[in-house]
Amino acid sequence: MNILSLFVLVPLLMLLGLWIARNVNQVRGVMVAGSSILLVLAAYLTVSYIGLRNGGATDEMLFTDSITWYAPLNIAYSVGVDGISVVMLLLSSIIVFTGTFASWKLKPMTKEYFLWFTLLSTGVFGFFISTDLFTMFMFYEVALIPMYLLIGVWGSGKKEYAAMKLTLMLMGGSAFLLIGILGIYYGSGAETMNILEIVNKHIPTEYQRLFFPLVFLGFGVLGALFPFHTWSPDGHASAPTAVSMLHAGVLMKLGGYGCFRVAMYLMPTGAAIWGDFFLVLTTISVVYGAFSAVVQTDLKYINAYSSVSHCGLVLFALLMMTRVSATGAILQMLSHGLMTALFFALIGMIYGRTHTRDIRQLSGLMKIMPFLAVGYVIAGLANLGLPGLSGFIAEMTVFVGSFQNPDLFHRVCTIVATMSIVITAVYILRVVGKILYGTCKNPEHLKLTDATWDERLAVICLIVAVAGLGLAPYWVSHVISGSVEPIISQLIH
Amino acid sequence: MQAEISLAIILIVVLVADLVLKEPNHRALQTLSCGLLIVQMVLNIVPTSGEAFGGMYHSTPMASVVKTILTMGTLLVFMQADTWLSRKDTRFKAGEFYLLTLSTLLGMYYMVSAGNFLLFYVGLELASIPMACLVAFDKFRHHSAEAGAKFILNAMFSSGLMLYGLSLIYGTCGTMYFDDIVTIISGTPLQIMAMVFFFAGLGFKISLVPFHMWTPDTYQGAPTAVSAYLSVISKGAAAFALMSILLKVFAPMVASWEVMLGIVIVITITIANIFALLQKDLKRFMAYSSISQAGYIMLAVMGASAQGMASLVYYVVVYIVANLAVFGVINTIEQNNDGTVDRDSYNGLYKTNPKLTFVMTLALFSLAGIPPFAGFFSKFFVFASAFHGGHWLVVFLALVNTIISLFYYLLIVKAMYITPNDNPLPTFKSSALTRASLFICLLGVILLGICSSVYQVLTNTALL
Repeated sequence: MNILSLFVLVPLLMLLGLWIARNVNQVRGVMVAGSSILLVLAAYLTVSYIGLRNGGATDEMLFTDSITWYAPLNIAYSVGVDGISVVMLLLSSIIVFTGTFASWKLKPMTKEYFLWFTLLSTGVFGFFISTDLFTMFMFYEVALIPMYLLIGVWGSGKKEYAAMKLTLMLMGGSAFLLIGILGIYYGSGAETMNILEIVNKHIPTEYQRLFFPLVFLGFGVLGALFPFHTWSPDGHASAPTAVSMLHAGVLMKLGGYGCFRVAMYLMPTGAAIWGDFFLVLTTISVVYGAFSAVVQTDLKYINAYSSVSHCGLVLFALLMMTRVSATGAILQMLSHGLMTALFFALIGMIYGRTHTRDIRQLSGLMKIMPFLAVGYVIAGLANLGLPGLSGFIAEMTVFVGSFQNPDLFHRVCTIVATMSIVITAVYILRVVGKILYGTCKNPEHLKLTDATWDERLAVICLIVAVAGLGLAPYWVSHVISGSVEPIISQLIH
Repeated sequence: MQAEISLAIILIVVLVADLVLKEPNHRALQTLSCGLLIVQMVLNIVPTSGEAFGGMYHSTPMASVVKTILTMGTLLVFMQADTWLSRKDTRFKAGEFYLLTLSTLLGMYYMVSAGNFLLFYVGLELASIPMACLVAFDKFRHHSAEAGAKFILNAMFSSGLMLYGLSLIYGTCGTMYFDDIVTIISGTPLQIMAMVFFFAGLGFKISLVPFHMWTPDTYQGAPTAVSAYLSVISKGAAAFALMSILLKVFAPMVASWEVMLGIVIVITITIANIFALLQKDLKRFMAYSSISQAGYIMLAVMGASAQGMASLVYYVVVYIVANLAVFGVINTIEQNNDGTVDRDSYNGLYKTNPKLTFVMTLALFSLAGIPPFAGFFSKFFVFASAFHGGHWLVVFLALVNTIISLFYYLLIVKAMYITPNDNPLPTFKSSALTRASLFICLLGVILLGICSSVYQVLTNTALL
């Protein structure tokens, strides 16, 4: 059996295990076992992928496999990975693993919670391994719908409103996507749904002109493209901790990945026609998200707007269409996924103790919960791009790559977007200073305790990943840049 | 002819049994009719084709498959009618329920395999008139009687329209045989008018907007099992008949009916969705939902291809299991809780009846077209076949409408899982047959999409 199919099979077995689990301990057992297996699988896949590449494998995708599913429409269950999907799978498995521990004590209905959580993970893993448009789209939707119940049932605050808004906006995006996929399929001659085969066919220019924006918008909604980002702050703020982690950490990456792999790869002419238009939108996302984060007072809102800004940077870098900027975009996806998951985990832990996320009511937490506070500082520094942590590597690559595009319009956009680095520093340092340092003004907070073992495990895993990416970026960027090449060369010609 | 003959025999056996068996005989009759329907399905599982009465009756393999599907749906409805027909005020007339339902089914058999407009019309009437009795089955309940009256008046009106259309066809073509008409018909203004009248007549049956006015009142007033039967079986048969006649008889006029159909589809889906948003009564809500689903079913016709035909039948199968699951849950809750069908009374249902809630949720997800449930696949296939026909704007508008439909389906999910309620409906146990039927529906909702063989078989049959 193909190793990639295990990424779908293991979550399915986890679902089955959760289904028959009788008590909370069994549920936790299934989750820990399953997510550990996934983590090991992802690590093994990464190692063997690098091994194969070093051994001289030149195929665009490795570990490919295809089983015909719906023959009349040429739909197949086709899988395959390149460097981009490998690192995305690694990211997802890390987030799922740490997310399990971050929701260790979640109540009520623990079993149901993890059922939906695992279904969501199934969708995410399936999406990254698929090379068939239909299968990919199916997994994409599988990843979206559990969000409704996860936020609606286990969320906090305006959860019903946020859950409905998020689901409808994302499903609206997928409606655009579906018609785009049909356009690609019939435009390319209705012979195959496999991305790797469609790319060799010519899609007429009028099809590309019409369907590129639909596909790009469809995925862009999930990538928090301005002005369709409004689901993100509400959704993230209301979601339970692990769901915020998974959603900001992985799910939003589906958007960027899809824009690159489907929209830009298959419709390069469309990308050339519409590139400038979307570039303006993403530049607005980057700057507007950062400015919005400055004025928020809720910790989760700050981080959600920061995600809008950083995910905007992913799409921004992709649209710059140089090899370095595209590599930077993937690095940014990875880096943002890790550090934002760390952020949301810490915010959830702090909220679980203080029962408030309002920065005006928090202060001096460094003395009370030093472990969480230090973690928060590290996440913040990664976010504002301190060298040695992942954020620096990603943003550096993005901006250097963007500046390589010699066109004046692209240069101006790059300069505008670079401003966001400064604004990021403002909102990160403001929060860190306000809630962690100083003296604690709320006597109730003095009684609070520091992180428990399960929380420490989650936080340490993520910090190791963030620092690891920051200290040894070469192997990752090497894996990515090799796979970015065919897509970029498609775009340039 | 074999399917029709065996169904007619079943009809007579049930009639005789009803006369012979001593009251209360509702249990025995139910076992008998369910068993006979299973036999009927097994006997006709292999698609056949045939002609009779000099081409009046002309059955294709696809029509044969559709008949099996309709029989399966009827069987599920019979199983769900269990609790309702055990009530004191209905058990003495249980026999009539089975008889009338089976005769409408026989009418639909003729409808889908007619080769002549006369036989088609006879089949249609056989499918409509007993239906009015079924709708008014709880005749001492005011709503049910009112619904029956509304149904029969509308059915007669639509039959009249259709007959007028048919007379125009006869007038311009000089024949009622499908095979002859297609060689003569050319799309003169009079023939276009005939086609429009014919379409309007069937539009009533499928409840396409603007011919949908009877649907909400009838669904709300009729006994829930009958509403379920109306919403899936009657609609599925009419949709298939409409598609095969449009493709077979009106094929030379494809340019005229495609435009009309496209407009009707968009209006149907949009209007039904907007009205469904406002409904609190679940049966009324399901009426609007089924109008909107009818629009999606018709999308398959836009493709005007064999693949479109397969997609339509596949959509109908998936729609039958998903919709019957929803109606089954509504029915069992209604029967066990003094007739409550209000959405607000479903608040917090998950706490007391998790299994029913689970079935309902998956079925609603399937209706909304969420993967990995079957509804996603069936929607994708009808979109694909309409897109293939070049109608991407219609597809786009229909897709945008799926967002609205997702919203109102989620409202029910929200009521069951999220909305807090101190006094949710008490825990109860549905009857064994209801549970069995819900289980079958659930299996269908989950497996029909993932196992591609059903669609494959349908495509192969459509190409025959």
